[in-house]
Amino acid sequence: MTSLLELNDLGFAWPGQEELLDIPQFRLERGETLFLRGPSGSGKTTLLGLLGGVQKAGRGSIRLLGEELGGMSAGARDRFRVDHTGYIFQQFNLLPFLSVRENVELPCRFSRLRSQRAHQRHGSVALAASELLAHLGLPPALHARRADALSIGQQQRVAAARALIGQPELVIADEPTSALDSDTRETFLELLFTECRAAGSSLLFVSHDQGLAPLFDRSLSLAELNRAAQPAGV
Amino acid sequence: MHLFRLALASLANRRFTALLTMFAIALSVTLLLAVERVRTEARASFASTISGTDLIVGARSGSINLLLYSVFRIGNATNNIRWDSFETVAADPKVKWAIPISLGDSHRGYRVMGTSQAYFEHYRYGRSQALQLRDGRAFADDPFEVVLGAEVADALHYRLGDRIVLAHGVATVSLVQHADKPFTVVGVLARTGTPVDRTLHISLAGMEALHVDWQNGVPARGAGKVSAEQARHMDLTPKAITAFLLGLNSKVATFAVQREINEFRGEPLLAILPGVALQELWSLMGTAEKALLMVSMFVVLTGLIGMLTAILTSLNERRREMAILRSVGARPWHIAGLLIVEAFALAAAGVVVGVMLLYIGIAAAQGFVQSTYGLYLPLSLPSAYEWQMLGGILIAALLMGCIPAWRAYRQSLADGLTIRV
Repeated sequence: MTSLLELNDLGFAWPGQEELLDIPQFRLERGETLFLRGPSGSGKTTLLGLLGGVQKAGRGSIRLLGEELGGMSAGARDRFRVDHTGYIFQQFNLLPFLSVRENVELPCRFSRLRSQRAHQRHGSVALAASELLAHLGLPPALHARRADALSIGQQQRVAAARALIGQPELVIADEPTSALDSDTRETFLELLFTECRAAGSSLLFVSHDQGLAPLFDRSLSLAELNRAAQPAGV
Repeated sequence: MHLFRLALASLANRRFTALLTMFAIALSVTLLLAVERVRTEARASFASTISGTDLIVGARSGSINLLLYSVFRIGNATNNIRWDSFETVAADPKVKWAIPISLGDSHRGYRVMGTSQAYFEHYRYGRSQALQLRDGRAFADDPFEVVLGAEVADALHYRLGDRIVLAHGVATVSLVQHADKPFTVVGVLARTGTPVDRTLHISLAGMEALHVDWQNGVPARGAGKVSAEQARHMDLTPKAITAFLLGLNSKVATFAVQREINEFRGEPLLAILPGVALQELWSLMGTAEKALLMVSMFVVLTGLIGMLTAILTSLNERRREMAILRSVGARPWHIAGLLIVEAFALAAAGVVVGVMLLYIGIAAAQGFVQSTYGLYLPLSLPSAYEWQMLGGILIAALLMGCIPAWRAYRQSLADGLTIRV
C-alpha cells in the first residue's frame, strides 16, 4: 500500500526568485499524525500551497493517495483537494456571516464525495455536522449562532469539525492552536486526535511550538527537510 | 443555489454599505421610470389636447402659431377673420359643424374665449371625449354669462352665480377692465387635463358686447359709453373672430376643404390638420424630453458605477473570506460567480425597491400632479418599454459584476488558501 502523501525531489521557486523549497523526500502514512515544525521563513506557507494544489511544483512530484498532483489541471487539483483534504488555519477560519452549522457544512457543498460520505456515515450532512460539533464539545444551542459570536477556542473547534466532515483522508492544520491558551490547546489537540482517528484521517500539523511534538506519532522539522531553507532567525 | 445563499449572507454582513448602494440604484431607477412615465403621459395628453376636429382655420400665419393660440391659448393671432368668411366656410355642405373662436380678453391670467353653443356640442378632446358640465349649464341667450374651465373655478374659488369682471388684453396685470359689464358664472366644466380647464368661455355676443363701444382699441368715454343693459338690446353679431374649428362630414374631404380654405378669395386664410401640427410642435419640444431621459439614464449609470465601486472596495477586505471559501473547496470561478451574483442581487433589489418607490410616489402625487399640471399619471404595471429599461439595468449590472468578479478570480488564484493576518 502506498503512502497517503508522498513528496519526491520537490522543488519550487516563485518567478524570478531563488528556490524556496527543495525537499528530497517526505512521506505521510495513512492514519498517521505528524508534527511538522515550521518556523517562519522555512517555506511553510508555500509547501501548504503546493499540497493544496493551489500552486504547481517546479520539479519533482507530489502524490496524494497515489495521484500525481502535477499531472492534473488547476480545476482538477481544486476538486481533488476538497475531496480529500480538510484545513484548519491559525484563526479567523470561519465565515463570520454564516451560522456555525453552515460553516461546518461548507465542504460538503463543494465536494460531492464528502457529502456522500457524510450521508453514508451519519445519514445526512446536517446530522454529520451536529455529531461532529457535539463530539468537539459544542452544544446544540450554539449550532445556529453566527460563527463570530463564538470564542476563539470554540471557533477553532468549529474549524476542526469543518475540516473533518465527510472524512477526508488528510487534515492539514496550520498553527491551529497558536491563538489558544495552553489549557484549551491540549484539550483541542486531544479532541482533534480522537476525531481524526474516528474519521480515519491522517493529520499533518504544522506549528512552531515544539512543546506539542511529543503528542504526535512522529515529528519532523521543515527546516531540516527543506534544503533550501534559511536558518531560523535570519 | 448555495452560491446565491453565500452571496446574500455576505451582503447581509455588509448590510449598511449594501443598503446604501441598493438605495442609490433604487432612487435612480425611480427617477428614470418617473421621467419616462411623465414623458409618455405628457406626450399622450399633448396629443389628445384636441380630437375630432378635422381642420383648424385662422388668419394666414404659421401652422404652429395657429395651433398655439387656438388650442393652447398661447400667444396671439396676427390677424382676425371676418365673420362673413366664417359663415361662408361653415355653410359648405362638406362641413358638419363649425366652432368659432374669439380671443383677446383675459381674467386674472386666464384667457377668455368667445364661442358658440357648437363648442359644448362638438368639441372633443382625449379619446373623443365631449366636454361635461360639472355644475350649472352652458351659456344661453344673455350675453353676460360665463362658463368656467375647471382649473379657473378651482384656483379662483368661483361658484355659480358669482359675478366676475373681464380684462382687456391678455397680460396678467391688465390695466383696462371691462368693469361696466360684469359676467355671471352659469356653469363650470369638468376637468379635461387640457387648456380648456384654464379658459373662461363666453358667447360671441358677450365678446361683442364687451367691445361694442370701443373704438381704435380704447374704451369710449362719456356719452359714447354703452351700458350692459343697452348692449343687451343691440345687434351683437360679431364682425370678426380669431379662428374656427371645423368638423367634416367625411374625413376623405379633409384635404379638399383644406385646399379650398387656403385658396379662399375673400381674405388670406390658413387651414391646418391638428394632428400634423401637434406632431410638428411636439417634435420641437422632443429634444428637451429626450435630453431629460438621457440625464436620468446617466443617473442610473452613476448608481451602477457606485455599486461597482462599493464591490471593488470591498474586495480587499474580503480576501480572507475568499481564501476560506477556497480552502473549503470553492474554485476560482465560484468566487467570480459569487461577485456576479452579488452585483446582480444589488441591482435587482434596487430595481424592485425603485419600482415600489415609483408606485408610492405616484400614489402620493397623483392628485397634485393632475390638479397642478393636468397630467394623469396612471398606477399601471410597467409598460413594455419600461420592462426593457429595467431589463437593461439588470444586464448592465451583470456586465459590471464581471469586473470585480475577474479581479477576485485573479486575486483568489494568487492568494490561495492562506492570508497573512
